[in-house]
Amino acid sequence: MIEIDSVTKSYGPQVVVDDVSLTLPDAGVTSIIGPNGAGKSTLLSVVSRILGADAGAVSVEGLDVFRSPSKEVAKRLSILRQDTHMTARITVRELVEFGRFPHSHGRLTPACHAAVAEALDYCDLGDLTERPIHELSGGQRQRACVAMVLAQDTRYVLLDEPLNNLDMVHATGLMRLLRGLADHQGKSVVMVLHDVNYASAYSDRIIAMRDGAVVQDGPPESVITEHALEDVYGMTFRVHAVDGDRIAAYYR
Amino acid sequence: MIALVLTVTSLFVGVAEIDLGSLLTDPAAREVFLISRFPRTAAVILAGSAMAIAGLIMQHLTRNRFVAPTTAGTIDAAGLGLLTATILFAGASVMSKILLAMVFALAGTALFLVLIQRIQFKDVIFVPLVGLVLGGVLRAISEFFAYRANLTQTLEVWMNGDFSGVIQGRYETLWFAGGVALLAYLFANRLTAAGMGRDFATNIGVNYRLALAGGLTIAALVTAVVIVTVGAIPFLGLIVPNVVTMMMGDNLRRALPTTALAGAAMVLACDILGRWLIFPYEIAVGTIVGVLGSAIFLVILMRKGNRYAHA
Amino acid sequence: MPTPDAPAAPATPPSRAHRTAGRAAAQPARDMANSPAHQPRDRRLALLFAGLGALLACAAALFLTWGVDGHWDFALPRRLEQLAALVVVGTAIAVSTVVFQTLTQNRILTPSIMGFDALYVLVTTALVFVLGSAAAEAIPPLAMFAVNTALMMGGATLLYRWVLGDGTRGLYTLVLVGVVAGTLFSSLSSFMFRVMDPNEFDTLMDQLFASFNAIDTTLLGIAAVLLGAGIIATYVLAPRLDVLTLGRERAIALGLEHQRTVTVLLVIVAGLVAVSTALVGPITFLGLLVANLGYQLTRSHRHVVTLTAAALIAVVALVLGQAILQHVLHFAGTLGSLINLVGGVYFIALLIKEARA
Repeated sequence: MIEIDSVTKSYGPQVVVDDVSLTLPDAGVTSIIGPNGAGKSTLLSVVSRILGADAGAVSVEGLDVFRSPSKEVAKRLSILRQDTHMTARITVRELVEFGRFPHSHGRLTPACHAAVAEALDYCDLGDLTERPIHELSGGQRQRACVAMVLAQDTRYVLLDEPLNNLDMVHATGLMRLLRGLADHQGKSVVMVLHDVNYASAYSDRIIAMRDGAVVQDGPPESVITEHALEDVYGMTFRVHAVDGDRIAAYYR
Repeated sequence: MIALVLTVTSLFVGVAEIDLGSLLTDPAAREVFLISRFPRTAAVILAGSAMAIAGLIMQHLTRNRFVAPTTAGTIDAAGLGLLTATILFAGASVMSKILLAMVFALAGTALFLVLIQRIQFKDVIFVPLVGLVLGGVLRAISEFFAYRANLTQTLEVWMNGDFSGVIQGRYETLWFAGGVALLAYLFANRLTAAGMGRDFATNIGVNYRLALAGGLTIAALVTAVVIVTVGAIPFLGLIVPNVVTMMMGDNLRRALPTTALAGAAMVLACDILGRWLIFPYEIAVGTIVGVLGSAIFLVILMRKGNRYAHA
Repeated sequence: MPTPDAPAAPATPPSRAHRTAGRAAAQPARDMANSPAHQPRDRRLALLFAGLGALLACAAALFLTWGVDGHWDFALPRRLEQLAALVVVGTAIAVSTVVFQTLTQNRILTPSIMGFDALYVLVTTALVFVLGSAAAEAIPPLAMFAVNTALMMGGATLLYRWVLGDGTRGLYTLVLVGVVAGTLFSSLSSFMFRVMDPNEFDTLMDQLFASFNAIDTTLLGIAAVLLGAGIIATYVLAPRLDVLTLGRERAIALGLEHQRTVTVLLVIVAGLVAVSTALVGPITFLGLLVANLGYQLTRSHRHVVTLTAAALIAVVALVLGQAILQHVLHFAGTLGSLINLVGGVYFIALLIKEARA
């Protein structure tokens, strides 16, 4: 479990995450939704210790993420950031091999090679392994970054807006892949999503944030409702049942 | 006001004791006053205001607050020109040295403009960076030839402004720089228009290329005269206009007189400081302006730093 | 007459450079044994390092033997000492630059451009300023160097931790800050000198600061030891440097203690800059030149590889450059400005290329 205990984070006078306490499960898919500036990405950054918190604590399986050795945290929790831009000129395989750093510190063991091969295979990157990252398309690069996170082989996989810049083919492909991680490998996938319908169709649990606070928290049936969504986003929604999913319409 | 007080102070600070009384009664004191003290003060005022104006014009025409003779290679190009004149034409007159230094300064600045125009992407910080490095390259060329011609020391003197050698008969060329700077005032409106960009200038009937060329010629000429006569004063053209336009806005006609006065005041203050700190010796004004100027520039950069936070 | 690369043996660094070259070439081959796709690249790297090694050997031989005409017992020891100094300087500059560029995530910032070596000069000057030149001259050079280096390492680390901050300042802002800070440091130094002794400014400058034609060989031993320590630390940290190329956030996510690693690396960089500045004075653009050549030739992201290549290139450039300047052009004193000239042009080209990319 990831336990978030009264976390507060401000930028200057603006409080972005305001005294949030949450417990994230050790399995399944959890989505965090909410309007721009609600503090979703900031919360994810604090949980993954990329940003320090102004107050409060975060622990992963009992390890305080800020005080424990960073390596130990990195064996349990990985994060994929929004920004896939990379200055390093490396190949896909080399990038994925970096995922093994917490385990091997740069000296790859046979187990590492196996994990890398598996991650590449799982993300369907077989043909691209020797291609330089900067030559890839946005969707391919995103898959390569996911593969790196997979190679890190952590129980908790955090993703910050993984669907950014992906067309619907790649977006759906990635969501299926992430669902599969939870179903077949028993991982806990936690992601920030902008598209409430992807969240609805793929999540076990949806957390909605507004103004730095959690305002809704529960399974899709309870969060993807007209009333709840209007509360989160401040606009009107129509929610329909389509093939067993709850789909929100908000285009008019 | 400040400039006036500093002027008076400058007139009466020096190795030889001079006060108002002795000035009226003692002919020797009067002579020192006329031959050394007055020319020095005049030179400081002229050089300071002219360099500040050159900086103002350059930052205006390139539409970049961080472009000035120091950050566009102009100073180093002028130095290279002066060196060339000294090496090639041993007995060259002051005028021909100025001319060659100016030609080089113009060419250097033009090269800088060509360089930055080749970059579509114009980061406000990136442009002066190119200029500084270009200046470094020109400086290295100068050092290279200076070393061969045994002029390393001379080059150092040129690159570090110093008014201690100024006496009657050895600074008058600076009046020329002052006159040229005055010219800038007459054309201020046209320069302001050119500073708004080619489209804007053409739209209101100003010949953009001519205004650009004219403005840069003024800046290059001023730089050349100052270097040949007293040596380079680094960062002056950068700091003074920045501080002034921060307070007064970008209308050139309005900013020009203040910039000139502030430039004169700053160099006067630094010159007096240089004369007073290790009295009876002197610290070259270039050194003091270098310390103060780069420190102030750093503060401006670090304060604004986050506004330009895009790599 | 010893074999061409043996003369370098008295100082530890050259032999180290050779050994690491061999190791670097061999290591990826071992790591990647089960991925056949890597083999052509490894062969290319092995060839590259063999070539660079051979070039270095030739340059060293040339440097040692050119124009000696008979006076071997006089010329050789002196030249060996100079050669060792050039090796130390080249390696220190190359390693510090590559490390610094990884820290700052770009290929145009170097410690010199950021004013590190001007800071060393300033620290030295300030020390003399505070103690008085007579007292400062009484201090043995070794102790002076040690104090300088310690002050410089502390000062630079604090200063650049603050300037680099949390990485939100734009790259070009950083570069400009560095360039101007360099100017400030050197103006401050000359200011202090003038205040101290307006008449003997130049003599003092010459006494305190080395240059290529007045290499300070008294410090060679300690410099070599420091360099050795720095190199070992850098190679130990090389996998972490590799991770740092992915950027701060990814490095943290992968379990790197980012803050601490960066501080340690800054200390190493400052120490290496102190070494090279103490021996030959500031050289602005050498690091930029050799680091980028190193990246281009190796096309590798592994620091074991790039560090070694950059160091070899730096030493070759210095030794060859010095030999040619001394014997062909007869103006030994301008190796620094020659490097600045070539490096400056290269820097502008690089800036324009980066800006377009």
